[in-house]
Amino acid sequence: MTDYSADSILVLLETTPTGELAKSAAGLLGAASLVGTPVALVVADGGQAQALAEQAAGAGAERVLVVETDGTQALTVPIVDALAAAAAAVTPDVVLISNSIEGRDVAGRFAARTSAPIAVDAIGLSRDADGVIAHHSVYGGAYNVDSAATFGPLIVTVRQGAVEARAEARPVAIETLEVQPSGAAAATIESFEAATETSSRPELRGATRVVSGGRGLGSAEKFVLVEELADALGAAIGASRAAVDAGYIPATHQVGQTGVSVSPQLYVALGISGAIQHRAGMQTAKNIVAINKDPDAPIFEVADFGVVGDVFTVVPQLISALDERKR
Amino acid sequence: MKIIVLVKEVPDTYGERKLDLETGLADRDASEAVLDEISERALEVALSYADSAGGAEVVVLSMAPESATATIRKALAMGAASAVHVTDAGLAGADLGLTARTLAAAIRRTGFDLVITGNLSTDGSGGVLPAMLAELLEVPNATALSSVEIAADSVSGTRSTDDGNMRVSAPLPAVISITEALPDARFPNFKGIMAAKKKPFETLSATDLEIEPADVSAAASIMTGIAEKPPRSAGVKITDEGDGGTKIAEYLIANRLV
Repeated sequence: MTDYSADSILVLLETTPTGELAKSAAGLLGAASLVGTPVALVVADGGQAQALAEQAAGAGAERVLVVETDGTQALTVPIVDALAAAAAAVTPDVVLISNSIEGRDVAGRFAARTSAPIAVDAIGLSRDADGVIAHHSVYGGAYNVDSAATFGPLIVTVRQGAVEARAEARPVAIETLEVQPSGAAAATIESFEAATETSSRPELRGATRVVSGGRGLGSAEKFVLVEELADALGAAIGASRAAVDAGYIPATHQVGQTGVSVSPQLYVALGISGAIQHRAGMQTAKNIVAINKDPDAPIFEVADFGVVGDVFTVVPQLISALDERKR
Repeated sequence: MKIIVLVKEVPDTYGERKLDLETGLADRDASEAVLDEISERALEVALSYADSAGGAEVVVLSMAPESATATIRKALAMGAASAVHVTDAGLAGADLGLTARTLAAAIRRTGFDLVITGNLSTDGSGGVLPAMLAELLEVPNATALSSVEIAADSVSGTRSTDDGNMRVSAPLPAVISITEALPDARFPNFKGIMAAKKKPFETLSATDLEIEPADVSAAASIMTGIAEKPPRSAGVKITDEGDGGTKIAEYLIANRLV
């Protein structure tokens, strides 16, 4: 057993089906570097381990623990077993996990298994004399709340795209970890179909600019207007739940209470009335621009710049004004 | 087949939600309390199965203040056969670990083949409880399902993640969570509301479940600070007079956003 820093922060890094580190990795390691020494855990097929460990070191991991999987089709449990083995070796102050669907499951099982306190959906971390504090933005950004463990390691799920800090690249230091399977009952992954959506546009989570469309667009065909403005601004595409429910755009683009929470520099709302559930997912944006036909639409209550008008005349004019500027 | 559906009373997201800045607890008087919509959808999954397959018993379970009785009764009016309400002053402000231990104890006591929950509540938005329960109950978890098929001895469905869609399955007993892709819940009708008054409604304390809420030997998550953000104020609102697009462009340029 090797020695680990007393202020070690164990960071579970997720991998994509194509064998890359997930986009969440840089933010997790960045958050870890603010409060201690980042030690990364990568769970992957043997052939991918070296490349993934190099990516992790490049993103700031002081050490990289690798657990090689045997092509298991068990859901969640093998990663929890790997995390438990890593935590036993490292005895970290904090365990950081992405607040993704898989990350939440791993965090939940791991916290329950080790009786460790868990802090969910953190947007930042800091350290004071008593230890590490997790920062949260709750009730749709209406309150800032801090939490900490009474004692022992704190498990933290970190909101994707919320942490801007990045850690400096480190030399690659890999250790392979052997894991004894816990034998905990698991569901089976029977098949997997990778998301086919390939887009050159920025990802919604963590985007600095977002253009969102609502029911005011009227149809899936006319939703193209949102894409045109997004491309003119180099923005990611969002949508209200109404637009998703109407089938204009897949649910992965939904911004709001039950979708993605965004805090971009610029948020442009097109034909979105601004129901409180939508505002809960975007009102922490630095600048909000809204266009809506209805002068009483609640979106105007939070907009820095609002235009009462028809998106189908205002937006094309805006796009040509932006094009004009680029020339 | 015994299906337990976890239901949660939450502040209505259609109104303003408040936290008490002294205690850090939800200010339950500040807004209307409702059954969380995702709980209703979870219940609908169980009730649809019970409608189609004979011999399924649907129990709703909630850990909530005493005042949540009326909200839990709505689940009975929708069609659940019985309700279990865990309520105890000592559980106010419980962290996720204590909540999971308490709910797991109540689930064990009631007995179950399948536990169905929503993927995320609209107030806490933690999304970790289903996996915590699965670990404590020593059963598989299949979470974030956007479609669900329940069979006599197994459950399967589609699990959508950022990377793609997977088909997952688990033998029963198991814990699943569902997303809002699943259908809206049925409305309680008059007959259901009347019948709900006669359905079994069990109230349990922490002691009944052999849970010691004040046990400081267990590590806990505590709130160490809270602040209210000033509400966002409206800025400029103009009416388009043929130059709305140009005005927005000027605003973006003036604020160095392009």
